[in-house]
Amino acid sequence: MTPSAWVLPGWAYGAITILGLAAVTALSRGFFLWSRRDLRLPDALQRALQVAPLAAIVAVLAPEIFMAHGALIDTWRDARLPAALAATAFYAWRPGVLGPLLAGLALYMPLHVGLGW
Amino acid sequence: MHLRDLSRDRHFRHGASDMLAFGPGLAAWGLVTGVAMTQSGLGVGLSILMTLTVYAGSAQLASLPLLASGAPMWVIWASAFCVNLRFVIFSSQWRVHLGHLPRRRRLVLGYLLADLNLVVFQKAWPDRAAHQTGQARYAAGGAVAVWTVWQVSSLAGIVLSSLVPLSWGLGFAGTLSMLGIAYSLLTDRAAWVAAIVSAAAAVAAFALPLKLNILVAIAAAVAASILMAKANQSAERRA
Repeated sequence: MTPSAWVLPGWAYGAITILGLAAVTALSRGFFLWSRRDLRLPDALQRALQVAPLAAIVAVLAPEIFMAHGALIDTWRDARLPAALAATAFYAWRPGVLGPLLAGLALYMPLHVGLGW
Repeated sequence: MHLRDLSRDRHFRHGASDMLAFGPGLAAWGLVTGVAMTQSGLGVGLSILMTLTVYAGSAQLASLPLLASGAPMWVIWASAFCVNLRFVIFSSQWRVHLGHLPRRRRLVLGYLLADLNLVVFQKAWPDRAAHQTGQARYAAGGAVAVWTVWQVSSLAGIVLSSLVPLSWGLGFAGTLSMLGIAYSLLTDRAAWVAAIVSAAAAVAAFALPLKLNILVAIAAAVAASILMAKANQSAERRA
């Protein structure tokens, strides 16, 4: 039994937990913005950290495209691979955001919803 | 500066419109996150509170099963912080561009700046070395745009959760829309190396809990870029 059952009603326990989570967001996003002093990381590190956002995006995308059930996709009957290829090809032709998205979806939707890949 | 004056500012509008290119993908993700919150049993009221205050999709999704199983608060908070560790790294980058703002303003703005904001910002201001005029307003424009699209779609997901067919794999639309921005950042060899290292590390470390594979991937990519810079230096010295 959680403490909430005898101290707080469930919704209040949930609300406090959620407000705490909001504080976690503020703390992590503002981590190096808190200090009043002028923070300066070593130049070499600062430059190297510039790849962090690209790395984070790729780290989110790669498993979403190449993995199923915690392992690399082991079948070609998965709609995500052809969809990602179509989006990539479209980007090579015309760089942008919406075009590759629509090209990918044009392949993904029939394969995934239609054929269940 | 008030929001009304801000909305007429050139840099602010530019920041917002650059971000709206990602509107469809973002909206698909927001919708899916809204549905996931309600379907985890959180209830409509708490789901709305969560999207409006927590405003961090990956941490929200990670904490849903913990909330549902009645895990202690500190465990949920600590888990969310682990999922959010990449933002700690990002905040060191934002410090370069926002450090001149008054403390309160930079903290409020910082709270609103998600992953996509930094990526798009870096693309718009490729010279990342120092602060330039207009950068804070550009960032604020992007922050307001992402916040609006995310919250509207997330709230729609919460309210319409029983009507949104998750089996369609709508979340993949978000993934596809991010491909474009990832490709657009591959401007030199260093970026290619970082992306390949990061993708490999994220897949290899996928079994780690709390999405720590993302942190491992960032660390690997940063380490690779330090090594490459060192190698280039010594090659130049030899030449």
